[in-house]
Amino acid sequence: MSDNPTYEFALRMGDNSLVLGQSVSAWCGHAPILEEDIALANVALDLIGQTRMWLGLAGELEGKGRSADDLAFLRDARGFRNCLLVEQPNGDFGQTLMRQFLFDAWHHPMLKVLADTDDARIAEIAEKSVKEVSYHLDRSTDLIIRLGDGSDESHGRMQTALDGLWCYTGELYAADAIDEAVLTGGVRKIEEQYKDYTSKVIDEATLTIPETTFMHKGGKAGLHTEALGPLLADMQILQRSHPGAQW
Amino acid sequence: MAMLATNPSVKDIWRWLEEVPDPEIPVVSVVELGIVRDVARDGDVIVVTITPTYSGCPATAVIAIDIEQAIRRRGVDDVRIETILSPAWTTAWITEAACEKLKAYGIAPPEKGAACVGALRAGMSIDCPLCGSSNTECISQFGSTPCKAHYRCKDCLEPFDYFKSF
Ligand SMILES: [Zn+2]
Repeated sequence: MSDNPTYEFALRMGDNSLVLGQSVSAWCGHAPILEEDIALANVALDLIGQTRMWLGLAGELEGKGRSADDLAFLRDARGFRNCLLVEQPNGDFGQTLMRQFLFDAWHHPMLKVLADTDDARIAEIAEKSVKEVSYHLDRSTDLIIRLGDGSDESHGRMQTALDGLWCYTGELYAADAIDEAVLTGGVRKIEEQYKDYTSKVIDEATLTIPETTFMHKGGKAGLHTEALGPLLADMQILQRSHPGAQW
Repeated sequence: MAMLATNPSVKDIWRWLEEVPDPEIPVVSVVELGIVRDVARDGDVIVVTITPTYSGCPATAVIAIDIEQAIRRRGVDDVRIETILSPAWTTAWITEAACEKLKAYGIAPPEKGAACVGALRAGMSIDCPLCGSSNTECISQFGSTPCKAHYRCKDCLEPFDYFKSF
């Protein structure tokens, strides 16, 4: 791990949006209805745009001449710093939406705190991204409630998704020295807002948060679940097989 | 072929850029949309500063090329395009005239001060650009391009795009 906390932090933000954006984009042409297909593709596009800003910053801070593309396409799984939540498989539409909601509910307060940090390079990326993420959170909240408090079928699928994904949420707000260095006083605020917001929405969706308090972690340190490898193989194969290939 | 300008002023450049259409909504220019933030001279180089609308919008790269070409076409070779992120682009920068053009083109212009702040979920009344009715409903906050939402008019029954407040 690098000893520059801002570099590590920018990698985490960029890898979160890259891995989630890559997964979500796989829905393009496959969503249950046209409007959702378009929405998923737009969310993925925003996330990939944000990735370019964060990994661009990370490359600058690292100072070894690596571009955002180099970082995205030429690192192995062990070098990725995304949270475990975002690398969980798409599953069914319910699982994709639940993963999105559990991420957006953290992403939004995180970016709001970052938009107010003293580091202008981080603040400007956050200021830009938070506007987009407001719409992501708006949509995922709406759909979690509609599908959770929907038919027996949709309710059951959303509850199953929540049961499977909840144990990956603790890592989002569990702050280590790198988070503390960048977020300073904001760490507690993000955790409080996350817990408060998710419990309210999940309650309104007539869903139940699992009783288990065990939370997986490891992604921020590069220790990933088995789902990340295949995702990266799919995303990186072109640049790995044809180094430097361009449009 | 446009007339070649030997020593254009910053004002000339702004005028040229006012003729560069947005690649996705060609009835409005990149200046009217607030994408061009600054035009300046750095010695012999013309520096145009732009800001992206949405961070992943594919039109951003095309806009940079279109701007460069609009200037080079007039015989100015030294052009540099710079991109800034802050202050972040907002639909509040879209001019009144451009809003009228959007409406005439069939796109409802952005409501002032109605940007989503996360989990808004409040019903917002957007007038139908085709018949003017306020009896409309949001189908999806995500439409044909990142900047547009998808609406439907319950009176004339036509679907339409809303340039969402951002
Ligand atoms: Zn109408």
